[in-house]
Amino acid sequence: MNYLPNIIFAIILVVGIGYFVKNVKKLFRNIKLGKAKDISDNKSQRWKNMAMIALGQSKMVKRPVSGFFHIIVYVGFIIINIEVLEIIIDGLFGTHRIGLSVLPKSLYGFLIGAFEILAALVFVAVTVFWIRRNIIKIKRFFNAEMKGWPKNDGNIILYFEMVLMTLFLVMNATDLAFQNAGTGGNVISQFISPIFGDNPETLNIIERSAWWLHIIGILVFLNYLYFSKHLHILLAFPNTYYAKLTPKGQFPNNEAVTKEVKLMMDPDADPYAAPPESDADETPEKFGASDVQDLSWLNLLNAYSCTECGRCTSECPANLTGKKLSPRKIMMDTRDRLEEVGKNIDANKGTFVDDGKQLLNDYITPEELWACTSCNACVEACPISIDPLNIIMEMRNYLVMEQSAAPMELNSMMTNIENNGAPWPYNQQDRLNWKNE
Amino acid sequence: MSEQLTVPTMAELMAEGKEPDILFWVGSAGSYDDRAKKITKAFVKILNKANVNFAVLGTEESATGDLAKRAGNEFLFQMQAVMNIEVLNAYNIKRIVTCDPHSFNCLKNEYPGLGGNYEVLHHTQFIKELITSGKLDIKNSDYNGKRITFHDPCYLGRANSEYNAPRDVLNTLNATLLEMKRSKSTALCCGAGGAQMFKEPEKGDKDINELRTEDALKTNPEIIATGCPYCMTMMSDGVKVKEKENEIKVMDVAELIASSQGL
Repeated sequence: MNYLPNIIFAIILVVGIGYFVKNVKKLFRNIKLGKAKDISDNKSQRWKNMAMIALGQSKMVKRPVSGFFHIIVYVGFIIINIEVLEIIIDGLFGTHRIGLSVLPKSLYGFLIGAFEILAALVFVAVTVFWIRRNIIKIKRFFNAEMKGWPKNDGNIILYFEMVLMTLFLVMNATDLAFQNAGTGGNVISQFISPIFGDNPETLNIIERSAWWLHIIGILVFLNYLYFSKHLHILLAFPNTYYAKLTPKGQFPNNEAVTKEVKLMMDPDADPYAAPPESDADETPEKFGASDVQDLSWLNLLNAYSCTECGRCTSECPANLTGKKLSPRKIMMDTRDRLEEVGKNIDANKGTFVDDGKQLLNDYITPEELWACTSCNACVEACPISIDPLNIIMEMRNYLVMEQSAAPMELNSMMTNIENNGAPWPYNQQDRLNWKNE
Repeated sequence: MSEQLTVPTMAELMAEGKEPDILFWVGSAGSYDDRAKKITKAFVKILNKANVNFAVLGTEESATGDLAKRAGNEFLFQMQAVMNIEVLNAYNIKRIVTCDPHSFNCLKNEYPGLGGNYEVLHHTQFIKELITSGKLDIKNSDYNGKRITFHDPCYLGRANSEYNAPRDVLNTLNATLLEMKRSKSTALCCGAGGAQMFKEPEKGDKDINELRTEDALKTNPEIIATGCPYCMTMMSDGVKVKEKENEIKVMDVAELIASSQGL
């Protein structure tokens, strides 16, 4: 017996999965760089949201065309991956189509038949996506932030899927044993089969090559995820689970501020009292966010989950009227900066060494932040419940409370509120004048 | 104007030993902005007509702090909120109605965390309640068959998922209600939110209110209805930019109801 293929297979499998696990750990570590945020409430509602939005794709279909084709790719990919189980068993134990010998012939035929139909449908759907991106050139795939890597990433994913589906069908088409087994499962591959002639030796070589390339392709694709927007196929699930449940208009109240305000308003507080001893070493809480570590872990999970579809940006009133703000870019910038911080930590043996950069200014400019109308269109549009608005507001908090860097007109508006309880310079005593006008 | 509005203040009621059923939160725009004041008065006319036992805070009211919060000044927001909550709680307020979706959102969602727990209604929700309970009878209106399109305020619609109340109220006018292509959860912002009302827009190729007005004009309306004083400003300006101010009126839902009843 020649065990070489089994050993090679096992090594490829271990390396492929091992490298993926290593990167998943890095992913967790990076997300945990964010501030703590307790989200342990309303478990049943959260499971329900995950089932509806991630598993059930309920927000994808709000745009029917892309939603329809996305569901094909999504369902196809999940179901076809059941076939990977057979491939792994065959690869490790040197069997050939173990399913044929353990499952009833009709059931095996049904399964493979379903996979083949789905593979063909996925191929079609992915082709449609490619056409939308490269021929029809749908506008939202061509915003400023979509140049270079993000554009290539989108296409590479589509090519991967096309190649994997093709290999799966070719593998079946050139497998004489399968074609002649009479399972009825060769619904698509029987039409591809004649292309490859009938020389058993040639067919065997093609079949083996397709089989190996298929499993290697899957492992490479798995490892590609971490470097790609395609991470959403995994992170959409936790992301929809942890998404905000309160009304979209409800922005969280900053508790550190509440403490200070309560102290200020307390008539018994001594304004000249020295701070308690124990607080002397504590750095005062930083208000808002200027870098990724100031954001919550949920903001960072959001950033990794974003698949750059651009539905947010295509509904953003600021972006639609030519302003620089793009909610998708906010998410992409956050992820890029987080990756940069992660690499910095890797290079410096586990600690972050100041690199003179931050999310604010180096990635996201105040001009973008001040263009937001806080209308929640982006949050509503996101098919997996990402909240770009929360990041924008956190960064505005930093600009205003740490740097006093609001636009001048807003500073006058806020001074008016402080002085006379209205955004305009009118006397509070005139508040009821309308009654007699 | 000389028509008599009955607008009791909390202080007056307290002095008489009375309590209102509901507090009308006028808001800064409703108190000082000339156009928004007309909405305030129209709503008071409705309250008077329906004999609602209400009151206002008058000079004891102060900005909710919503604008400061959206502009990034959480500190100023909380100062305003804590001061207002002290006043509201001292008067034992349970129920609040306001014509401003921003105040509505802030009072309803952001005050509870700071000790202010009230049932808060947008005026379109309250008018709907008055109509359903029979306290306000909508007789035949001048708006029979008029083409009206409703612009959803972000802080009523997306922010708080209230899309029906303003439409239900408008439907009592027997008008032809037209929906813009972007409406309800996909409605486009008027451009005023997030404190934009108080600053110049960033560089772009168009103003947001102009784009939103184009959305509205595509329905070929006679009236653009709103439920927010800031949307009112933005949409009115948009209609002027498009030089349609002689053909198309921008009106608040409360104004439509009040004027339909000859109030």
